[in-house]
Amino acid sequence: MTELLQNLIDGLGRGSIYALLALGVAVVFGVMHLLNFAHGELITVSGYATFWAMAAGWSWYLTVPLIVVVSVATSLAIERVAFSRVRGADDFTLLLTSFGVHFVVSAIFLLYVSASVKTFPRPGWVTNTYALGSLRVEVFDTVVIGVTVVTLLATTLLLQRTMFGLALRAAAADFDTARLMGVRSNSVIRGAFALSGLLAGIASVFWLMRAGSISPSAGINPMLKGVLAALVGGLGSLRGAVLGGLALGLAEVLLRSRLPDSVASLTEGVVFLLIALLFIFRPQGIVTVTHAERV
Amino acid sequence: MLEVSGLTTKYGEISALREASLHVGSGEVVGLIGPNGAGKTTLLNSIAGLLTPSGGRVTFDGEDITGMPPEKLLRSGLALVPEHRRIFVDLTVEENLRIGGVTVPSADRPALLDEMGERFPMLRDKWTTSAGYLSGGEAQQLAIARALMSRPRLLMMDEPSLGLAPLLVDVVFDLIEALRSQGRTLLVVEQNATRMLDLADRAYVLRSGEVVAEGTGAELRDNEDLFDTFVGN
Repeated sequence: MTELLQNLIDGLGRGSIYALLALGVAVVFGVMHLLNFAHGELITVSGYATFWAMAAGWSWYLTVPLIVVVSVATSLAIERVAFSRVRGADDFTLLLTSFGVHFVVSAIFLLYVSASVKTFPRPGWVTNTYALGSLRVEVFDTVVIGVTVVTLLATTLLLQRTMFGLALRAAAADFDTARLMGVRSNSVIRGAFALSGLLAGIASVFWLMRAGSISPSAGINPMLKGVLAALVGGLGSLRGAVLGGLALGLAEVLLRSRLPDSVASLTEGVVFLLIALLFIFRPQGIVTVTHAERV
Repeated sequence: MLEVSGLTTKYGEISALREASLHVGSGEVVGLIGPNGAGKTTLLNSIAGLLTPSGGRVTFDGEDITGMPPEKLLRSGLALVPEHRRIFVDLTVEENLRIGGVTVPSADRPALLDEMGERFPMLRDKWTTSAGYLSGGEAQQLAIARALMSRPRLLMMDEPSLGLAPLLVDVVFDLIEALRSQGRTLLVVEQNATRMLDLADRAYVLRSGEVVAEGTGAELRDNEDLFDTFVGN
């Protein structure tokens, strides 16, 4: 029982980061039908910014806002340079474009910085734990879960209570009709990329704090988690993306602690297998998205 | 007010609309009738900026608006109630109306919402209901109310009575009549030709992508050959 509770907390901590990444993927998918395989590059770019800032003697207190700002700016820049040119193209073109962005960004760091892994100091408290009854809880997981809850609440308020949120939801449901109402496609798409970058930036802070390193290909792993979680949750559903992220984190932690030691290193593979099974029985993911209209 | 001249729109190689010309004066109710596939929706969508015409010119109050994106057109006062209503089924009735008023100053929005609530009492009863739960007639009223939220100077409607029960068709035509008596300028595509001609100041008949006749409602109604053509018999 204690072990299960322990796993749940660890899994929610991990899953929270995935949820933030998946939500960013889902927001952009909603307005553009783009499954963004370049989403992880926001972590790559902000990771190098972290490395340079730390090398210049910045503290984590200063670096955290820097990461968020760099992530939002990168997201907007990628939209402007690449995705704005393929707006309205078929899904396959969008998909290939996002792969292209992913490779170009990694290549830039590979060519102009270094192929080797750069490390930077992690904050001291990342490995601290405290006792909660019979449980050992990581301070880090507690902070991650807390910040994620606040972020999700703020995002919900943004989507439900503001005109921008309303425009975003309308555009996700029916882009042409939203434009007929006067919703500017530029603002809603750029807004979606900014929000996606903001969510990725918050995830990036935690990802980098835990990793303490960055490399040109560092974006692949977070991208896979974000995209898979969004798919598992049901593409197009924001609630689904959050659920998918949490489910993915929990599955990873539970499997890692339950699988025999000899195969524990195959956790990722087993998770992918489970996802494949899920798609066989529920190809639409956890949450079904319908835009049906009654006559 | 609206001047369309020689408008041509193609889907690939096929011209869905061939050199169509029409005009709508301020305060006029103009009908656009014709059989299925005549290009009526293509014409409205080309004016509203959802489709890009390959030739011709559209001016609105003297300004060239050919190929202008819909979000910009709406700001110059031209709104479209699209075919099949296309209300946002995941949003509430109120949210649908709010999004319709996205271009008006936020200070004016509450008054406009109140106005829609008064004009469409059945919508007010379902203010916080998901629009997906509305009946066809309610959804059509919502689609029209949503378009009115932007305070358009010219309102275009695409088949507002399509798929509605006869009683609800009456409701929609009553609504058009009411808008007309307020002096609103309307361009309405309708399959229900007889009723549209009763209501419209003037009408255009479209067939195979071309404007084949123009006249007052009475003139067109009395022309039997033409009538057979546009009802599709």
